[in-house]
Amino acid sequence: MTCHLITIDDLDRAGIERILARAQSFAEVSGREIKKVPALKGRTVVNLFYESSTRTSSSFELAAKRLSADVVSIRSAGSAVDKGESLRDTVQTLSAYDPAAIVIRSPYAGAAQQVADWTDAAVINAGDGKHEHPTQALLDVFTLKQRLDTLDGLNIWIVGDVLHSRVARSDIHAFQRMGAKVTVAGPPTLIPRDIEALGCTATPSLQDLHEADVVYVLRMQNERMREAYVPSLREYIQRYQVNLQRLRPGQLLMHPGPVNRGVELSADAIDSDVALIGAQVKSGVAVRMAVLYDLLVGAPALQAVA
Amino acid sequence: MSGMSAGHAKLFHRAGEPSDLLIREAHVLDPRTGLDEPRDILIRDGRIAELAPPGALSAGTVPPATQIIEAAGKHAFPAFVDPHVHLRTPGQEYKENIDTGTLAAAVGGFCQVIAMPNTAPTIDQVSVLAAVIATANEQARVPTGFLASITVGLQGSELTEMAALADTGALGFTDDGKPVTSAGVLRKALQYQRLAGGVIALHEEDPALSGEGVMHEGAVSTRLGVAGIPSISESTYVARDAAIARYEDARVHFQHLSSVESVQALAAAREGGARVSGEATPHHLTLTDEALLGLDSNLKMNPPLRREADRQAVIEGLRSGVIECIATDHAPHARHEKEMPFELAPMGTTGLETAFAAIYTELVRPGVLPLALVVERITAGGALYGLPIPKIAVDEPANVALVNLERDWVVGEGGYASRSENCCFRGRRLSGIVELTVAAGTLVFASRGSGIPTQMEVA
Repeated sequence: MTCHLITIDDLDRAGIERILARAQSFAEVSGREIKKVPALKGRTVVNLFYESSTRTSSSFELAAKRLSADVVSIRSAGSAVDKGESLRDTVQTLSAYDPAAIVIRSPYAGAAQQVADWTDAAVINAGDGKHEHPTQALLDVFTLKQRLDTLDGLNIWIVGDVLHSRVARSDIHAFQRMGAKVTVAGPPTLIPRDIEALGCTATPSLQDLHEADVVYVLRMQNERMREAYVPSLREYIQRYQVNLQRLRPGQLLMHPGPVNRGVELSADAIDSDVALIGAQVKSGVAVRMAVLYDLLVGAPALQAVA
Repeated sequence: MSGMSAGHAKLFHRAGEPSDLLIREAHVLDPRTGLDEPRDILIRDGRIAELAPPGALSAGTVPPATQIIEAAGKHAFPAFVDPHVHLRTPGQEYKENIDTGTLAAAVGGFCQVIAMPNTAPTIDQVSVLAAVIATANEQARVPTGFLASITVGLQGSELTEMAALADTGALGFTDDGKPVTSAGVLRKALQYQRLAGGVIALHEEDPALSGEGVMHEGAVSTRLGVAGIPSISESTYVARDAAIARYEDARVHFQHLSSVESVQALAAAREGGARVSGEATPHHLTLTDEALLGLDSNLKMNPPLRREADRQAVIEGLRSGVIECIATDHAPHARHEKEMPFELAPMGTTGLETAFAAIYTELVRPGVLPLALVVERITAGGALYGLPIPKIAVDEPANVALVNLERDWVVGEGGYASRSENCCFRGRRLSGIVELTVAAGTLVFASRGSGIPTQMEVA
């Protein structure tokens, strides 16, 4: 049976730790002058991106190339999908190349699972609508573990537009699975109903932000004002921008990128040494190498290395 | 009541030979006559000719051409009535047509169905209604009634020629699939009902609240990151429209109620004297939004599957009679449409072939609802449009569903009679299978494996 990574729920804590340990060894490869290992030589990885993405698509591409895979990257603009070809037909066409893995980013929830139903390749969800972005959650956990060794007992606050965030959904699960306590904070219009069912607590205010060990800030999109989720950018900034006045010493700052400077984060906070934003991007390649390796080469080889 | 016609002026179907049948030793359950015992049922010339003690009738005592069905251990119910189906004709015959849709009805034990007008074109003028009636006269395997739309093209602004449509054969009016958002337009339609007659059936949903929603708003939609449809989008419209109906003393029927708040609003309106009724679907009675965690688009419908508390409220409403009938909202869609990502896939599930078995399996077997109550509610849907209720009694038109309650089956395993396969119960093991359906005096379905020989057998 082919293994996939569709949601973070596909991994238990041991599974996350296995991938992170693998990522650690690949991070070391990335420190070498020749950053390539032959693990996926002769195998094909298809990147199928139906949504614009800079960091996720480039880091998946680099990850596959550093594992020596042949990589085909397909973007939505001008592709068959825009001409009305169904996802199923596209997947069947690509399956003719006998790919070992298909990495898919889609604006629609559940698309990655559908692809997994239609192909023999291993499928990696690189973001499906507002549903999940499991490799982002893995790289976030990896980044934190590199800095703090463990997430057990940490207080992590996720701040901003939780409603429209797939990153928040994957992170809430991943952080909790690794032993952290999660609080989501943001405008009440942007906190989805019954979010507590995911195990976190919710608050409309940053008043108690000082309790956080880690502050994870989400991107705030301008269109949310037009859709009347918040009255104005000014009010959002006043109530929810994370800046150095709101942060206390010792807190760590994260953001999935791309950042709206001066909106959800102040410029000084982005550039401060508590920000792990650059480290998150760097972790992306090693973690995605580890995910590809884990799915395509698998556990037996992993044990041989360990 | 001459023996000539078992039909109704506003039900249409192809001419069928009356079947002479003897159903021997079936357990007859008709909640309206109170009969709940084994009987031999003799059907002749389209009517129930005799109800005899079990074993009293046999090949020697009935006319020679009579087909004899041994039914010991099986149940004979008055055949079911579905006041809410989508037969997709005209214009969307790739999803369903009147032939396949009414075959699905027959397979599910239904002897009457009422089709919705959200077709392409909409059934919003006399010529379209007359054409679809003509098609039903050629194709419909069970008597089929039609609702016309309330507003032209379901646009919610101009009223259709309701009086002329009623004269042509419309049983009532609905913009089903869409709400009538303007209270002013709805009020005028309810006033006009005094001239045109016919019940006005409403799909209740405030689009300002449901927005881009694709499933129930709650913990599951939050987990999945898809936009939710809050239950108040339905209940606020039920309350609003019940108030308008009461003010105009109009007759309104609320379709596919799905939430606690909606059932409460209907009960309150009824108590306040409004002439309102409601229906519940098999899927809202048996499934919740938890089933959507896998984002299976076959479970995407509008109104959506909601929380367990909502399901319980709908069951309670059906039990108490606040909701008086079961309706499937049979909504076929082609496979390529349902294969779209969940958020893009069309709303709707098929339901005719699974309605009784789903409710029997999930509610009757576990002791939640009595069998007699379910049979009463699943045969009541035509009465609200003025249709006679099927009964198993001497001289009544023969409308019988013979059901084997002991037989289990897996939904979809043997294919579907419907042209579409988007069934929310797909893959589930259900108990209780319809083995034979008599509609308006004609044997319209006998299942393979029932041992009943017929030309109407389905693949």
